[in-house]
Amino acid sequence: MSAQTETASGGAVAPEAGAEARRRTDVIFRVRELGIVGALGLLILVTALIEPRFVEADSLRNLALNAAIFAILAAGQTLVLVTRNVDLSVSSVLALSAFMAGTLLSDHPSLPIPIVFLLGMGLGAAAGALNGFLVTFGRVPALVVTLGTLYAFRGLAFLWTDGRQVNAETLPDSFLNIGTGTILGIPTLALIALVVVLIVGQYLRDFRSGRELYAIGSSPEAARLAGVRTDRRVLSAFVIAGALAGLGGVLFTARFGTVDATAGNGYEFTVIAAAVVGGVTINGGSGSVYGAAIGAVLLGTITSSLIVLKVDSFWQQAAVGALLITAIAFDRWIGLRLDAALRQRSARRAG
Amino acid sequence: MSDSPTPLLALDQAEKSYGAVRALRNGTLSIGPGEVRALMGENGAGKSTLVKVLGGVVQPDAGTVLIDGAPVEFHNPTDARDAGIAIIYQEPTLFPDLSVAENIAMGRHPLGAARRIDKRKMHEEAAELLKRLGVRLDAERPVRGLSIADQQVVEIAKALSFDAKVLIMDEPTAALSGPEVARLFGVVNTLKERGAGILFISHRLEEVFAICDTVTVMRDGAVVSDEKTANLTEDDLVRRMVGRDLDALFPKTDATIGAALLNVQRLTREGVFTDVSFEVKAGEIVALAGLVGAGRSEVARAIFGIDKADGGHVEVEGKRLPNGKPTAAMAAGIAFVPEDRRQQGLVMELSIKRNATITSLARLTKLGLIAGKAERLMAEEWAQRLQLKFHSLNDNVGTLSGGNQQKVVLAKWLSTEPKVLIVDEPTRGIDVGTKSEVHRLLSDLAGQGIAVLMISSELPEVLGMADRVLVMHEGRITGEISRAEADEERIMRAATGRAEVAA
Repeated sequence: MSAQTETASGGAVAPEAGAEARRRTDVIFRVRELGIVGALGLLILVTALIEPRFVEADSLRNLALNAAIFAILAAGQTLVLVTRNVDLSVSSVLALSAFMAGTLLSDHPSLPIPIVFLLGMGLGAAAGALNGFLVTFGRVPALVVTLGTLYAFRGLAFLWTDGRQVNAETLPDSFLNIGTGTILGIPTLALIALVVVLIVGQYLRDFRSGRELYAIGSSPEAARLAGVRTDRRVLSAFVIAGALAGLGGVLFTARFGTVDATAGNGYEFTVIAAAVVGGVTINGGSGSVYGAAIGAVLLGTITSSLIVLKVDSFWQQAAVGALLITAIAFDRWIGLRLDAALRQRSARRAG
Repeated sequence: MSDSPTPLLALDQAEKSYGAVRALRNGTLSIGPGEVRALMGENGAGKSTLVKVLGGVVQPDAGTVLIDGAPVEFHNPTDARDAGIAIIYQEPTLFPDLSVAENIAMGRHPLGAARRIDKRKMHEEAAELLKRLGVRLDAERPVRGLSIADQQVVEIAKALSFDAKVLIMDEPTAALSGPEVARLFGVVNTLKERGAGILFISHRLEEVFAICDTVTVMRDGAVVSDEKTANLTEDDLVRRMVGRDLDALFPKTDATIGAALLNVQRLTREGVFTDVSFEVKAGEIVALAGLVGAGRSEVARAIFGIDKADGGHVEVEGKRLPNGKPTAAMAAGIAFVPEDRRQQGLVMELSIKRNATITSLARLTKLGLIAGKAERLMAEEWAQRLQLKFHSLNDNVGTLSGGNQQKVVLAKWLSTEPKVLIVDEPTRGIDVGTKSEVHRLLSDLAGQGIAVLMISSELPEVLGMADRVLVMHEGRITGEISRAEADEERIMRAATGRAEVAA
């Protein structure tokens, strides 16, 4: 009775309007991810037209390899970004883990490889825990904390390596195979990255604690009131991000074989850029690991394609920067249109 | 006083101070099964603090909370929630990026195989709750973009999903229209029949008498009365709250009506409102009435230039305003006091002083630097004129009660010496005493020759304050009623589109 007096057309309008709002957001988010995939396809196409060797098996394999480690780091970064935090220290954690893995295997070649992975991830997790504690219980903004640990951990790496480096010759072949080998034609690294992305992606989509991360980023106050243990969740997000950075470090050593204190330098920005380009908002609350992974592939591909086209390395950086700005601007624009549309639908429904 | 059944929830002599401010001196009340108790009191009377104690948001310095007669201690909101107490706050706190269903289920998503979230069940449960509330809302849509009324509904659904034994509602009807309030009362009755207890904080006397069995009145941090509503009249209640008699709640004094200062011509915004034309003369208070969602706030926003209009134009003192430019509207002498004071009316992180003077910075700056003394004097002057209740002007504006926050917003705009004042729901969520002050102020302003456009969903306010009532329905003006001819029925008829009434 009351609903009917509000809208002349009666109840039929209302659920449709709400459903339409939902359809719109679904479409927009799918457009977002399709857009990145589309951009990726276009990029590969254009490059292939100019330099056909770009789409040869070896070249594509390299693309996958390049993106793999970034995709793993981007998955971890997504967890942190979604909670409205950021982790700049990933590259330094990667370096520490890479060097540790390298020296361990060089000094003890019979060490079981899974142990090396566990140790690497453990080291990363510990670093992540430090970040997490400072952010949650120390109440220091994540940007400040991880900026500090970015430098601190890198400094630690320099201290530890003491000018030395790990060489590929001293590493067992079985280990190096992980970094450079293939399974059924697909690079092992890429498969590992795929598995990681799937696991993290499913976690964020289908598990309570994963959804709580989105809640915390969307409205920290509402999360607190809803009884979400925000400190615990944010801490775990940092720990996982750290562990994944540690994993990335071990894989880095497996891939490149030669590791020194500068390993992974600058990776943090590429990783964050990948996530943002992939639709993970800096302000938290939305975005998916799948988008971040595609973003990592896109960024990696840009770098590769610009190299293949023999473009100056300055332009590579400029291209990444331009892409980042475009992605953020596009997101904002879409967000505003969506807001307006949702509001209009709401207003009309209420009559 | 309820005697036989053990109260579901009781509070015994609770106290709470914030530094030197004694927010709660004696908080004592009880709610029995099937009882709907109103909690009333002026701003700063201690209601919010009492509710926070009951909800586990704040721990009392003294006193006890009792559940089913046994003393308990709440260390956090989750403890209170687990004990069966649900609070619905005045301002909804939802997750804008997540769906309605997920907002309701957050933290307790239904789980399926391998502890994965059962999305279908989550959506079904949410849809069921919404249906029970009689609300047509798609459970899968994002919360972003929902009107305040709809957000409140989601909050209530959330509380219901906890199978709460006691529901504490803080001004739940503030942003709801007539039919929505009726719907809410239906829900309250259902809960009552199931044996739940409800604590209903409201400033609307007619609602208190309509739905509440008992009423607790607070003044200055202490409970001063606890009686059955059947034994009280409206005057009795007002007297208990205010400690004095209020002769007229809405004193609109006569003023000389001058020339038309605001002229709106065929203003249109696609899909929102169409062909809106009216004028407001100097000395007039024109009320814009209608149901929630009729498009009134949107018209005001378009007049002020916040939203761009798709057709028509606005004139101030005969001069046409450029479309979509709030700075031009301000320069022409329009002031706009928005509906959502926390999000749009105030900068919550800034002090009272800064908020009150933020619109007048041009007058207060010399060579680009703000003159501190002049800023302070202006803020003090307005605080005095509006009888603002505060601790220090340098305090964060968020520490003020709702009514006082509204006064700061008013001060901010009045200091620009506007010719046209647009106020959107001026007394929403404000207690009776402050309401009367705001109305007196609006009346004075009209008397000074300002043209006032007042958007209001409270019919008594509209009837008492307006010289003319414009009614909107689904984006169109469906009625223009003079003060003499206006009554609740006529306005409602036009607001629901059932009759075209021409003044």
